[in-house]
Amino acid sequence: MSDKSHFVEIRHAQKSFGALEVLKDISLNVERGQIVAIIGPSGSGKSTLLRAINDLDPLTGGEVWLDGVQVNKNLPHRQYEKHINEMRQDVGMVFQHFNLFPHLTARENVTMAPKMLKGLSSAEADKLAEEQLEKVGMLDRIEYYPSRLSGGQKQRVAIARALAMKPKLMLFDEATSALDPELVDEVNAVMKKLAEEHMTMIIVTHEMDFAASVCDRVLFMDQGVVVEEGPPSVVFKNPSKDRTKEFLRKHLAGAN
Amino acid sequence: MGLDFTVVPAHLDIILLGCAWTIGIAVAAALLSFFGGIVFAVIALYAPWIIRQPFRLLEWVFMGTPLLLQLFLIYFGLVQIGIDLPAFVAGIIGLGLHFAVYNSELIQTAILSVDKGQMEAARTVGLSRGQALRKVVIPQAVRDVIPPIGNNMIALLKDSALVSVIGVSELTLSAQRAIGATYRPFEFYLVAALFYYAINLCMEWVQRRIERRIAISR
Ligand SMILES: Nc1ncnc2c1ncn2[C@@H]1O[C@H](COP(=O)(O)OP(=O)(O)O)[C@@H](O)[C@H]1O
Ligand SMILES: [Mg+2]
Repeated sequence: MSDKSHFVEIRHAQKSFGALEVLKDISLNVERGQIVAIIGPSGSGKSTLLRAINDLDPLTGGEVWLDGVQVNKNLPHRQYEKHINEMRQDVGMVFQHFNLFPHLTARENVTMAPKMLKGLSSAEADKLAEEQLEKVGMLDRIEYYPSRLSGGQKQRVAIARALAMKPKLMLFDEATSALDPELVDEVNAVMKKLAEEHMTMIIVTHEMDFAASVCDRVLFMDQGVVVEEGPPSVVFKNPSKDRTKEFLRKHLAGAN
Repeated sequence: MGLDFTVVPAHLDIILLGCAWTIGIAVAAALLSFFGGIVFAVIALYAPWIIRQPFRLLEWVFMGTPLLLQLFLIYFGLVQIGIDLPAFVAGIIGLGLHFAVYNSELIQTAILSVDKGQMEAARTVGLSRGQALRKVVIPQAVRDVIPPIGNNMIALLKDSALVSVIGVSELTLSAQRAIGATYRPFEFYLVAALFYYAINLCMEWVQRRIERRIAISR
């Protein structure tokens, strides 16, 4: 165990959906407290890679390790389910379309899993909900149902829901892509706050400015491979691969 | 000979007792059909083949044969294999399972149309599949089908008259008894109809309250 020196370690990840090979031998290490952005064209496998980390899309080859424990280890079905449910408690995930539970209030969205899985009392859970919703600036909407929240507010509650499990790692899959432009900043601000608290994060994003401002490292993916990776100053300002240059040129032109 | 409702008060006690039986049986059968419907839906969608197949058969029996026959089967048939149920229990089980199968069809469709992201989000915070179904998917699915389930429940109330054939003194049978004593069928059937209508209104009121509560969270 001690030789697994990286906090998150993806080794030779391979994923096929039927005949379609979506991830082709991807390896990636993330250290504790690091923030990594994954960029790349649509369909390049960014979501699939992110979702392999918490086994939402299980890999067809390769390994994922988190904090010295293999996520996708080979276990009999029942044991594996138990193992993976425990692993997932340590990995928060934020989706493009929020996926808040519409039948629950903001408070209940946040407290449901901690109550069920960690046996929190109602009082403890309420305190936790208030803490987490305060952190994302949603305390004043604590009794609201998702239907009465804006997209940005929904996403902030979704982040609070993930944080309530006290994860070691947060995964963001285009957390701001479904938002109206004027609502993007409030979500980015929350993510920045997490960055300042040294939360380990892997962020799939289309926002190059945001990635450049918060990330330690950027990965450019295309067609299931990591084409280029490095600090944002290099990948964004001085990319060495033609495919990266072309993507950035198109993307930055398209964004403005 | 015109209508003469003055005969009714003398037999109102029978009618009211019958009414109470109808309400009791309908409520018990409705609850059974609701929770049974959820269980059936989960079995139909998620249980292993070995459990699912016998269930298919049961489902076919309850959907493909007359309710009357099902009541006979449960009340008279089961005795032969040593299960001697009181008539009202047989009635509740027959009605409840019959409508559970119809509710299950609705709930299955609703479960399948709950956004896939809901299950994913629930799994992501560490819930097992069963926990996610119970706390996230099924509550949403059930909310979506409250109106059609309500319609089934009104059909259930009307079909509860069938349990009279196995000797439960519910509203219809009570009316018949009053008629036997007075030879006033029109009056007593009308009175019974009125009571059915009143129970119906109560059920619709309950349904509207549930729908309104749900609407708050939409
Ligand atoms: N569940 C799935 N079944 C089949 N193909 C899939 C599935 N999920 C993703 N894909 C395919 O895998 C490729 C990569 O998808 P994805 O990881 O979502 O890309 P990105 O997030 O970079 O846009 C795409 O071609 C997509 O159509
Ligand atoms: Mg994607």
